Amino acid sequence: MTRTEITPSPEVAAPRSEAEIAARMKALEALMIDKGIMTTEAVDRLAEIYENEVGPQLGAAVVAKAWTDPAFKQRLLADATEACATMGIGGLQGEDMVAVENTDTVHNVVVCTLCSCYPWPVLGLPPNWYKQPAYRSRIVREPRTMLREEFGYDVPESVEIRVWDSSAELRYMVLPARPAGTEDTSEAELAELVTRDAMIGVAPVRA
Amino acid sequence: MNGVHDLGGTDGLGPVIVEDDEPVWHAEWEKAAFALFATNFRAGLFNVDMFRHGIEQMHPAHYLLSPYYEHWMHTAEHYAVKAGVIDPAELDAKTKYYLDHPDEPLPDRTDPDLLAFVDAAVRGGAPARRESDEAPAFQVGDRVTVTQDSPREHTRKARYIRGKTGVIENAHGTFIYPDSAGNGRGDDPKHVYTVKFTNAELWGPDNAEPNGVVYFDVWEPYLVPATGAAT
Repeated sequence: MTRTEITPSPEVAAPRSEAEIAARMKALEALMIDKGIMTTEAVDRLAEIYENEVGPQLGAAVVAKAWTDPAFKQRLLADATEACATMGIGGLQGEDMVAVENTDTVHNVVVCTLCSCYPWPVLGLPPNWYKQPAYRSRIVREPRTMLREEFGYDVPESVEIRVWDSSAELRYMVLPARPAGTEDTSEAELAELVTRDAMIGVAPVRA
Repeated sequence: MNGVHDLGGTDGLGPVIVEDDEPVWHAEWEKAAFALFATNFRAGLFNVDMFRHGIEQMHPAHYLLSPYYEHWMHTAEHYAVKAGVIDPAELDAKTKYYLDHPDEPLPDRTDPDLLAFVDAAVRGGAPARRESDEAPAFQVGDRVTVTQDSPREHTRKARYIRGKTGVIENAHGTFIYPDSAGNGRGDDPKHVYTVKFTNAELWGPDNAEPNGVVYFDVWEPYLVPATGAAT
């Protein structure tokens, strides 16, 4: 049986300063450029994509469409990858997406306890808190308490909480409940109400 | 491996720190660390499962205390050194140089193919689904138990589900098996299922929150048919 190698030196365990990390990353990048593996323009292009093109506004559009188009909603819940593709949404870290619906009796919340899996094509890159140990460790153990204490979100005891641990290559997004009083709100205006946190499942959508 | 990354159910890790209006990038270096995933994957230095395993091999204290994208830098460095693409002494020397001369520019190089790859990868993705002739051993509704053994290598069988019994909620077809690919072996596709566990099954009746379940996606080799009555 192979044993994995843990970085042995205790000195490596001491956190590096921000300046040390930046210098090490720059050194690694320089070597990768020299080896023909990386370019600064590829770094800039990727950064730009997730800053300006792929983000939670795409997931919000999907949610608003599902709220206003029953056939689309059915399609989304049956096969989120296919439904999102009809809106031109999909790609890296969303090759197999699943949408889970909040109702009067069910609340869903998404996590990745083992790393940081997240549906990039609909939500963009995850916020820091989603990737940090505090969230990943506790949301599977006491989600109701955690939502209340850490996110100020009180989910009634009568509502079942379903936690989706993204442990394989399926990527989960929450289809939140449409807020009351939005019967006359347009799809575009509805999309404005939908937040990243609501699609992770740590907040409701408020009108 | 039984690593620190396997956080589900760990207590005492403190409050969640939510930033208002959080930017996508907190520092310039994060952009380069993020890009390493795509560029070094293209160079054949790792697959996504190996990428995760490289992070898992950080020292536990370093893992818990470092900023997230330092994990990505760590795993890229790990595999580049392992493949002999970079020399650790050269990396250390260059790091010291940039620490002393932070404004020194990076080498200049253009690569239109890499730029095209980046856009194509973001749009097209890197599917982990793989064809297999293997018939599924389980179907939706089956009661299954996760095996107890603790692999020393990369696995996605988190500790908090080992030995636990649940019900198969969805069957997804066959995907690359991380216990093979993540350890530098072949894709070895296996069936993937979503298994539903009750909170009481995971944490015991005295410690579990009522009215809740956890869904966890598993590869078929993690499972055996459940014995005994349902709880």
